[in-house]
Amino acid sequence: MKGPRKAALILKELNLPREAYLVICGEELVTEDALLPDDADVEIRPVISGG
Amino acid sequence: MKCRRCKKPAVIKLPRHNTAYCGFCFQFYVYEQVRRALSEHKMLQKKEPVLVAVSGGKDSLALWDILTKLGYHAVGLHLNLGIGSYSETSQSKVEAFARTRNLELITHAYQEAYGLGIVEIARETARPACSACGTMKRYHFNRIAREKGFAVVATGHNLDDEASRLLGNVLQWQESYLQKQSPALAAEDGKWARKVRPLYRLTEREIAAYTVISRIDYIIEECPMSKGAKMFLYKEMLNQLEETSPGTKHQFYLGYLQKKEQIFSPQEKDKQCCKVCGQPTRGTICSYCRLMERVAT
Repeated sequence: MKGPRKAALILKELNLPREAYLVICGEELVTEDALLPDDADVEIRPVISGG
Repeated sequence: MKCRRCKKPAVIKLPRHNTAYCGFCFQFYVYEQVRRALSEHKMLQKKEPVLVAVSGGKDSLALWDILTKLGYHAVGLHLNLGIGSYSETSQSKVEAFARTRNLELITHAYQEAYGLGIVEIARETARPACSACGTMKRYHFNRIAREKGFAVVATGHNLDDEASRLLGNVLQWQESYLQKQSPALAAEDGKWARKVRPLYRLTEREIAAYTVISRIDYIIEECPMSKGAKMFLYKEMLNQLEETSPGTKHQFYLGYLQKKEQIFSPQEKDKQCCKVCGQPTRGTICSYCRLMERVAT
């Protein structure tokens, strides 16, 4: 995905609900209004996990 | 977006509280929610050791971390379910967590105890895996707590777990389960451990965020045996409601806890001791011993 792009837009384009996913840039959690640069290492982590 | 408390850049927005926090202040928020849960339901006494059931997932490791930081003597209990690499990874996450924080950990492996993992036990007894797993976990939490002298067992159930369980119980009109659903269950017969759920005020997303901020390494994958479980559908539906109406899960579950006593008359004690193992049961033989009978045959 090309940047810069807001975290909220990434979730929207992937059709992922914000309540069920976290956006992590590098090792840091970011809010939905964070603008993530093109070279950012972004992880979209589901919050449901484990057993 | 700025942190509501300190005005530094926020890392998490909490629409249900119409607020946002930086990492430090969010941790403070989490501790306050847990303190409130502990206090409102008189879950733990400060000097009493607590056995924390730790799977290697985010909720249980966060719970162990939080209770330790709040000054409780929390000892971990990990049940290795014998689900191939999933269980191996889960145990290694728990052991690494305990080792790096110098915490006491008790482990029990089904493969060593029965020569079978939960997948094989479920298959041999023709029970759904999650159902057999729940039965066995309850039995071992009770047994190990009693053998090791713990009066209380804490589990990492969060607000999403409780709200989705409530939704499932309402949809099926499971009155006995509805009546029993509580973040704190008293000791049965006065001799088995109390069960407490100190994370019930925090959502799944908040706990996942806490583990990222607190650098807690946990198993991110879902249990492979839980695929297709109805609980996930209920969670998804509740999350859809939460997105359009923040605070729905909180109002649903905490509202239920407030009204529960008006809805149900005090619970009659209808449990007795299992004739085989002595654990509490509604019948004469508990569900764990019935399961084990089927494994043996």
